[in-house]
Amino acid sequence: MSDKNAGTPEFARHAGEFGPGEVPEEYRTEETVEEYTTTRERIVRVLKRDKLALLGALVVVGFILTAAFAPYVAPHGPEQQFGFMQEPMSESTGDFDGDGQRETVTHYLGTDSFGYDILTRIMYGAQISLLVAFATVAFAFTVGTALGTLAGFYGGKIDSVIMRGIDFIWAFPTIILGVGIIAVMGGLGWLNVVIAIGIAFVDDFARIVRGEVLSIRQEEYITAAQAVGMSDVRVMFREILPNAVSPIIVQATLMIPLAILGEAALSFLGLGVKPTTPTWGLLISDGRQFISQAWWISVMPGLAIMTVVLAFNTLGDGLRDAFDISESEVN
Amino acid sequence: MWRYIAKRTGHAFFVMWLVATTVFVGLRSVPGGPVRAMLGQEATPEAVARLRAELGLDQPLYVQYVEWFSEMLVGDFGQSITSSESVGGLIAAAAPRTLSIAAFGVVLGLAVAIPAGIIGATKRNQLQDYAATIGAFIGISMPAFFVGILLAIVFGVQLGWFPVVGYTPISEGVVPWLRSIFLPGVAVGLPYAAGVTRMMRSSLIETLDEQYMRTAVAKGVSSRIRLYKHALQNALIPVVTIAGIQLALILGGSVTVEIVFGIQGLGRLLVNSILERNYPVTQMTILLIAGIFVFMNLLVDIAYTAIDPRIRYGGEQA
Repeated sequence: MSDKNAGTPEFARHAGEFGPGEVPEEYRTEETVEEYTTTRERIVRVLKRDKLALLGALVVVGFILTAAFAPYVAPHGPEQQFGFMQEPMSESTGDFDGDGQRETVTHYLGTDSFGYDILTRIMYGAQISLLVAFATVAFAFTVGTALGTLAGFYGGKIDSVIMRGIDFIWAFPTIILGVGIIAVMGGLGWLNVVIAIGIAFVDDFARIVRGEVLSIRQEEYITAAQAVGMSDVRVMFREILPNAVSPIIVQATLMIPLAILGEAALSFLGLGVKPTTPTWGLLISDGRQFISQAWWISVMPGLAIMTVVLAFNTLGDGLRDAFDISESEVN
Repeated sequence: MWRYIAKRTGHAFFVMWLVATTVFVGLRSVPGGPVRAMLGQEATPEAVARLRAELGLDQPLYVQYVEWFSEMLVGDFGQSITSSESVGGLIAAAAPRTLSIAAFGVVLGLAVAIPAGIIGATKRNQLQDYAATIGAFIGISMPAFFVGILLAIVFGVQLGWFPVVGYTPISEGVVPWLRSIFLPGVAVGLPYAAGVTRMMRSSLIETLDEQYMRTAVAKGVSSRIRLYKHALQNALIPVVTIAGIQLALILGGSVTVEIVFGIQGLGRLLVNSILERNYPVTQMTILLIAGIFVFMNLLVDIAYTAIDPRIRYGGEQA
């Protein structure tokens, strides 16, 4: 402040009165520009800061690797039979690898009613269970994002037609819709499960994406993009979707555990994959009738489901906090 | 307010009509049609034609549709293909079992979730909060049928406190009925409670941070009234929505939990009808479960008008 201004304190009347910038000291605000961080940087930052999310991520990776390399890491073959219903940590002695010598093997999680080693079956079961879960979410993600973007971008008639369809999917509890679609497709198999649960999850993606698109559409850069003559498709893919990516990623992470649970429930009902394929749901279902003699047959695969679902949920929660998305937006 | 209720009711009926029509069309587009599926691939054309006529499938689709729909509206749901019982009778026998389990699950779930959520939010970052949060986190990670199996092993097989198999109707006494639905009810109720607890906690925490809560402190409102009147009323709104949507967990859960406990409910009926390709039963069971879900959520929407005065007085913007 200059000296000649001492008597008239209120407002600046002359240039240079308040010094450089012409803003009184007390009105000066700290200007913060949020630095742009890529999605990958943000995810890495979450994993560095949030130890629980990191643990979740590690468990998830562990399960994926186990599933991928099941034939190498599993202690026995999936069809190799031992004594029936042996307790966890029990041992079998015999010539299992066919080299003419007897050896002793430990069944860390016991054996089931067919004499299969449960740990082995769980490892092989992870293949189908995880594959189905990822494929389901990929399906729902693709269809849901496409529908949500169209609905949010065009609005009007297209929006109401799509959203009525979404309401319809919403009207079914996931399992019931899945069971209904399996009935219509009239057959078992993992692809049918993917489609059945995938359709049931389309509404979750579509709703979130539509909401995001609705708010992004108001932004000036969209008007600008349209003004310079970008096509609708280009605006949607190059301008809108990249800006809606965080809630979609969080939603996808939180949908994978739901897909695992959905697949397990369908398999448990006997409407999932073919009954001879080991999946976690079927393993639980196989053990159900023996709970009074051999509780471990169904408890062990159940614990496997619980562990991997917990891990995905911790990871998803960490990402949600990192992207600062409220729980009411994504659930 | 009435306009809001009318709009929501209209929407619920529209969704139900859509569901009914899709189920009708869907099950008639099964590869080869229900008749092929019922008689097998080797059936003679005459046998197929006879059964099609018997089931009315030789009529044009719109005639079948109008007939099916009008009969359904007057309460005639058709006949089971495999047992010649009426579909209405089968469902009437199965529904009370599923609904008992579901109702018990909802009551138990809310009774656990709301206090747990309040404790989590008010004792934030204390021992009680951690217990509630971790419990809820584990709860949302367990499928209902697995909770059911664990409960059956511990309280049924090991301790012998509750029956592991079967259902006792309420007409044979309230206590035996409660004992028979206790474990399945807990099994569907706990995952539900977990979801609602999480919502209750985060919603209440958000509300407690609001400006008007600070104003209430400044005014000298007692902490009890602050919590129960100012905060809880506002925090409950998203919780009610989640509690309605998560009913899907209860209904889907009871379908699988029934199988765990050998109860002949809607889930068993649905799965068996699909495996036997008993389409009349399948379509009515699916319709019924979807109907329960849609109309429970309609009730939730109407309950909003009681909780949220903005809807009561405004009406349109909601």
